[in-house]
Amino acid sequence: MKKTGAQILCESLLQEGVDVIFGISGGTVIPLYDAFSQYPQIRRVLVRHEQAAAHAAAGYARVRHKAGVCVGTSGPGATNLVTGITDAYLDSTPLVVITGQVARSFIGKDAFQETDITGITLPVTKHSYLVRDVANLATIFKEAFHIAQTGRPGPVLVDIPKDVQQEETEFTYPDTVNLPGYNPATEADPAHVANVAELLNRAERPVVIAGRGVILSRAYEELKELVETMQAPVVHTMLGLGSLPPQHYLNLGMLGMHGAVYANRAVQDADLILAIGTRFGDRTTMKASEFAPKAIVVHIDIDPSEIGKNVVPYASLVGEAKTVLGQLNPLLRKSDRTAWLAQVESWRSSNPLEEPTPGTKLSARRVIRRLYETIDEKSIVVTGVGQHQMFAAQEYASPRLNGFLSSGGLGTMGFELPAALGAQIACPDEVVWVVAGDGGFQMTMQELSTIVQEGLPVKIAIINNGYLGMVRQWQDLFCNRNYVDVAIHTPDFVKLADAYGIPAVRVENECDVPTAFDRANAHPGPFLLEFAVEPEENVFPIVAPGQNLDCMIEAPQPAVTGRS
Amino acid sequence: MQDKRHTLVSLVQDEPGVLTRVAGLFRRRGFNIESLSVGHCEQPGLSRMTVVVIGDDAEVEQVTKQLDKLINVVSVTDITREDKVVRELALIKVSASATTRSEIMQIVDVFRANIVDVAPDSLTVEVTGDEDKIDSLIKMLRDFGMQELARTGRTALTRGVFSQTK
Ligand SMILES: Cc1ncc(C[n+]2csc(CCOP(=O)(O)OP(=O)(O)O)c2C)c(N)n1
Ligand SMILES: [Mg+2]
Repeated sequence: MKKTGAQILCESLLQEGVDVIFGISGGTVIPLYDAFSQYPQIRRVLVRHEQAAAHAAAGYARVRHKAGVCVGTSGPGATNLVTGITDAYLDSTPLVVITGQVARSFIGKDAFQETDITGITLPVTKHSYLVRDVANLATIFKEAFHIAQTGRPGPVLVDIPKDVQQEETEFTYPDTVNLPGYNPATEADPAHVANVAELLNRAERPVVIAGRGVILSRAYEELKELVETMQAPVVHTMLGLGSLPPQHYLNLGMLGMHGAVYANRAVQDADLILAIGTRFGDRTTMKASEFAPKAIVVHIDIDPSEIGKNVVPYASLVGEAKTVLGQLNPLLRKSDRTAWLAQVESWRSSNPLEEPTPGTKLSARRVIRRLYETIDEKSIVVTGVGQHQMFAAQEYASPRLNGFLSSGGLGTMGFELPAALGAQIACPDEVVWVVAGDGGFQMTMQELSTIVQEGLPVKIAIINNGYLGMVRQWQDLFCNRNYVDVAIHTPDFVKLADAYGIPAVRVENECDVPTAFDRANAHPGPFLLEFAVEPEENVFPIVAPGQNLDCMIEAPQPAVTGRS
Repeated sequence: MQDKRHTLVSLVQDEPGVLTRVAGLFRRRGFNIESLSVGHCEQPGLSRMTVVVIGDDAEVEQVTKQLDKLINVVSVTDITREDKVVRELALIKVSASATTRSEIMQIVDVFRANIVDVAPDSLTVEVTGDEDKIDSLIKMLRDFGMQELARTGRTALTRGVFSQTK
C-alpha cells in the first residue's frame, strides 16, 4: 500500500524506535502533523519556542543515548531551531531535526516562510538533507539516524518540502546504509594500543582527562578499571563530569578555567596526560602552548580531526572510548603510584574549594552545595550558563553517572529548562533538577507552560543574584569593576510560577534552605525555588583568559581602588 | 623556503551541495585554498576534486581530516610528495595585429599551445601544462596586450599503479 511522505516519516521514526518528538507546527508541516495523529505511539511535546524543541531533544538524547527528534516549520520555525542545533553540534549530541520547507516549485522564489535552512545550518550540522523526491525519504531517514548516532554523534537536519510530505510512494525501510564516505572507527589499531599501554605503564605522574566521549560511549566501567589499575588521578572537562562518581578516591573534579586548584596543578605537573574523548577546548587547556608542559600527551578520540587540532599529542588512538579502553585495560600493569597520589592529595587538602563565609545574604555556592546534599542520588542536574553553572560543576557531587547536563561548547543561556524537560521525559521516574541563573532563565522560561501541559515534575532552583553574574565577574576582575549592562531586572519568580500553576518558594535565609529543598523534593509535581543570593559573589578559582592553566586567581582579591 | 602548496585529491559523491560543503568548510576553518577543480571521474556517481591548499604540514593534515569528515567525501589524499601528473588548462585571449600575429604564433608553437579562435584583432590560445609553463606563456603574451584570461586550476593524478582511491 502506498503511503504519503508524512506517513513514511512517521513509519521511519517507528523503525528507529522514536517515542517522542518535540516541536511546533506551522504551514509547511501541516501534512506532517496530520499524519502524526495516526501514530499515537509517538508522543508529541508541543513546546513554546523551537529553540526549546532542539534543547529538549538534546536533553532527551543525552539521557537516553539515542537521537532526540525535533520538528519545526519552514522559515521562523527553522531559524528558531538554529541555536539548539548549534548547541548539539558543539556538544556532540545526536539529534534528527525535521523542518518543513516550501513546496518544491516555490524553492528559490523567496516564497512565504522560505529559508535556506540547509544552507544556514551547513556549518553546524553533522550532515543535512533537502528531500527532493519522496522515493528517497525512507533511505534519508535511515541515513540520518545512522549518522546522528554513530561515530562522533551530532545533529542531522532533514528539510522536507510540503509537497514531498503529501506525495505517495511504497514504503520500505532499508536494513543497511550505503555511505562510502562515512566509516567511523570503533576499534583502535592493536599495535598502537600496545605502544600506548607501554607509555602508560612507564609513566610516573599520570593524569587522566575524562571528556564527554567517555559518557557518549558509556565507558564508565572501563574508565574506572583503567584509573584504578593505573592509580592515576582523574580530572574532567565540564562535559566529562559524571563519567566517574565524584566520590571516587581518584576523582579530582573539573579542570580548566574554573577547575579546582589541585586538578589544574596535577595536570601541569603530570609527566603523562591520557585524554579520553575531549577536543582540548580552550576553556579546558587555557593557554594551549603551556598546557601540561612536563607531560607527554596521549589522546584517544573517535574523531580523527580532533587529533592534533588544539594540542599535538605524542601518541593517539582513534576509536570509541569504550572499545579502546577495553583494548588498553588488559595491557596495563597494576602500578604503585603512592608518591604521586600523596602529592596530589596534599594539593587537594591544602587548596580545597572555597568555603564562603556566611554573610547576611545567601551564598550561591553554599546553596548549590546544599542542593547536592539533599537530592536523591539518582537525580539529574541540568544547568544554565554562568556563575551558577560553574558552582554546580565545581561542587558536582551526584553519584549518578551522566548526571550533569550542561551546555559546554556553545555555552547557551536558556538551555537549562528545555533540556531538563527533555531529560525528564527520557527518565520519568527520576528527579530532574534545574539550576538556573536569573538571567538565563528569562531566555526560555516560557517552557514552564510546556512542563505543566506535559505534567512533568521538573524541580527548579533559580540562583537569583540580580546580575548577569558571570559577565559582572569579568567586569569586576578584568575591567576595573566597570559594570555595563549586567544588572538585570527579574520578575517575581514566585508569582510567575504561580501564574503557570507551579508552586514556588522564595528563600532568603540560610536556615530556610534545607526545608525548601525538602519541600520541593517531596512535592510530586514541578516546584520552583528562588534563592535570593549575594549579588557579587565570584567563582574561584579562575584562570584569566590567555593565562596558563596554573595561573589561578584562587580567592577574592583585596578591593582595587581607582583605575589603572 | 619550503613550498607550502599541497595538492589534495579527493573523491566526492555527486550530490547537490557537495561543493558548497567543501567551500564552506574552507571558509569556516580559515583554510587557504589556491585552486579547486572538480569534474566527473571513472566511477559513476563520484567526482574527482583537486584542491591546492597553502599551509604547513600540520595545517594541511587538518584540512585533510576535516574534508574527510564530510559525509559526501569518500576519500582525501595528499599527493604532494607522490609521483604525479599535474596539469592546468588556460585560455588566453591576446590582442593581435597584422604585425604581431606571426610572432605570437611562434611563441604559441614553442609552448606546444594551440590557437583555438581567431578574430580580426585577437587570438585565443589554449595551453595545457603545469603552472610554471602556463605562467611563462602568460608572461610572454602579456606584452602583446592580454584581453582575457581563464585558468582552470590544478588537476592531478598519481602516476602508475592505481592506488589513490581507498
Ligand atoms: C545566549 C547567550 N547570550 C549571552 C551569553 C553570555 N553570557 C555568559 S554567562 C552570562 C550571564 C548569565 O547570567 P545568569 O543566567 O543570571 O547566571 P549567573 O552568571 O548570574 O549565575 C552571559 C550574559 C551566553 N552565554 N549565552
Ligand atoms: Mg544571575
